Amino acid sequence: MLSFFQQVLVVMVKDLRAELRTKEAVNASLAFALVILLMFSFAFDPLEETTREISGGLLWIVFAFAGTLVLNRSFAREQPNDCLDAMIAAPISGAALFLGKALANYVLVLAVELVALPVFGIFYGVHWTAQFPQLFMVLLLGTWALTVVGTIFSALTVNIRLREVMLPMLTYPILVPALMGAMQLTAGLVTGKPISGDSFSWLKMIVGFDVIFTAVSLVLVETVLVG
Amino acid sequence: MRDKLLFALGLAAMALLARNTLAVAGYPNEANQGAIFKIIFFHVPVAMAAMFCAAVSLIGSVMFLLTRNFKYDALAVSVTEVGLAFLAANLVTGSIWGRVIWGIWWTWDARLTSALVCWLLYAGYLMLRHAIEEPTQRATFAAVFSIFAFIDVPIVIFSIKWWRTQHPQPVFWGGGSIPAEWYITAVLNLLAMVLLGIVLTVTRLRQEEAQREIDSLRRTAHAF
Amino acid sequence: MSAVAVDGVWKFYGDYPALRDVRLTAEPGACLALIGRNGAGKTTLLRIIAGFSRPGRGEIRIFGKQPRETATRSKMGFIGHGISVYDELSALENLTLFGKLYRLPDPHTAAMEWLERTGLERVRNGLVREFSRGMRQRLAVARAFLHDPGVLLLDEPFTALDDRAIAVLQRLLREALAAGKTIVMSTHQLREALELASHVALLTRGQVTFHGPCTPEMVSDPGYVYARYGEAV
Repeated sequence: MLSFFQQVLVVMVKDLRAELRTKEAVNASLAFALVILLMFSFAFDPLEETTREISGGLLWIVFAFAGTLVLNRSFAREQPNDCLDAMIAAPISGAALFLGKALANYVLVLAVELVALPVFGIFYGVHWTAQFPQLFMVLLLGTWALTVVGTIFSALTVNIRLREVMLPMLTYPILVPALMGAMQLTAGLVTGKPISGDSFSWLKMIVGFDVIFTAVSLVLVETVLVG
Repeated sequence: MRDKLLFALGLAAMALLARNTLAVAGYPNEANQGAIFKIIFFHVPVAMAAMFCAAVSLIGSVMFLLTRNFKYDALAVSVTEVGLAFLAANLVTGSIWGRVIWGIWWTWDARLTSALVCWLLYAGYLMLRHAIEEPTQRATFAAVFSIFAFIDVPIVIFSIKWWRTQHPQPVFWGGGSIPAEWYITAVLNLLAMVLLGIVLTVTRLRQEEAQREIDSLRRTAHAF
Repeated sequence: MSAVAVDGVWKFYGDYPALRDVRLTAEPGACLALIGRNGAGKTTLLRIIAGFSRPGRGEIRIFGKQPRETATRSKMGFIGHGISVYDELSALENLTLFGKLYRLPDPHTAAMEWLERTGLERVRNGLVREFSRGMRQRLAVARAFLHDPGVLLLDEPFTALDDRAIAVLQRLLREALAAGKTIVMSTHQLREALELASHVALLTRGQVTFHGPCTPEMVSDPGYVYARYGEAV
């Protein structure tokens, strides 16, 4: 008998295997991330002290934009050959399908971020390793927010007009609180300051955001898939 | 809703607005900000009216998902459009206020910024609807998004408020007391906005139902 | 108890009724051919039976249960317009995946067995995107039959099949019927379908205008049902 978590694992492994075979989404996402980092370097002089202070915020813009490329593929990869039908027909819960895909996306987006991070460190001359454990935690929490909202909206927009445009249009306003929190925390961490006093509220807010939106997505995913 | 009732509500709204505008014009100017402070009589009520609209939109969306009755979907889209208009009024009055007091068209005031994000959220709702042809799918997906949007609203307001306390900016209206008479006028203006909102929503609702009927007739005509 | 019971089903797109008060049954072991013009509602009805969308009114019962229940889904096999297998995975990987999702005790062995039965064992490690059309269709059939479903729902399965794929599908369907499975199949290829069918239902503009056993006259003159029970052209 397949338990819920085994179902999640089967879906996650399937998505990762399919993606790693072609690497289309991760390559595009990584290339996009590096291009944006470059463009930001022209817009905000990386040698200025002020830029270093805001650079943590810039980093999350890069992650959000590049991440969308991966998230868009999430349910879009089920479109050719009508694979989504087979997934819905299979005796797994919509929640397991959603969670498996979300976790696969999570791994892929984190991978892109972890490659972009050193490049960012080099371009902006910031010591991102100084507070790495805390930075990594913010990365984990913020990326989950991006992933969970992006995955459920990927399901929502999979077969509507202008899908590639609709996904970011819908996702970013919803993500404002989580992105803001991640930006505030990261801005401090990359300049070497650990999370302290005031900033803990941001951390709690992102955790709350993650929990709430994961729960809402799990409840509503069946409605999105079957109607 | 009967036409007569609708007209009556509209007239009542107009009468209230007229009465309030005259009353507000008669009040003395505020000490620090001058005449422009009176914009608060419109700036705040439209924001509260928009919040009512968001709540009704949520109710409409949830009821649609539970009953699959299209009248709830029509309600959700109508009230969201009206709410967007109210929010836009809030943004514009806020912008004008800031321009007069501090000379800049946009201040990153917590409330104004939250209003902007909420405006983008519900504009997304309308964009989503435009992107889906089939009525049942459109209603279902819009309802799901509306639920997400509504849950996000308090989190947005809280996080932007927290962001602003960390980077303080000038605030329009810190508090302080206002005369009781002013308070009544403000509440009456809120009532006027709510009545106006009802009239606009019902009008839009009728239009939406008519559109649905036309669509299905068109489908029937083209089907074979 | 019927294998498939469609009870007063209506489907609305907005206010437009695509299906109107559809009542059909298929007993265990029957093969129901669902025929009708394009736009009559065959695909819509099949997808509702399979649980992909909800009816506006009425219900579907598969062996007395709802289509979306987990136990029911395990008993259903569906072939739609697409092949529903992943291009980036191999034939074996695809079938093993579905074997796991359908909770088969030994997904790998079941996958190998069905690759052999559909003549795909030699290309089992090939990626589906490199397959010819006929091979893709045979893999789709393998996917649908893999978990030994009691009810098979097929949406125009013979359309655009090459000869080898048609032969494979007909053989598998005959074996399934002999084993007591139930088939509901929408079709334009009347001859291939009516040879297998035990019952026929004609959908006209979303309504059932004929539902009864398949007679020899129908097989020899497939247009007979349309002429007698359908609409004038």
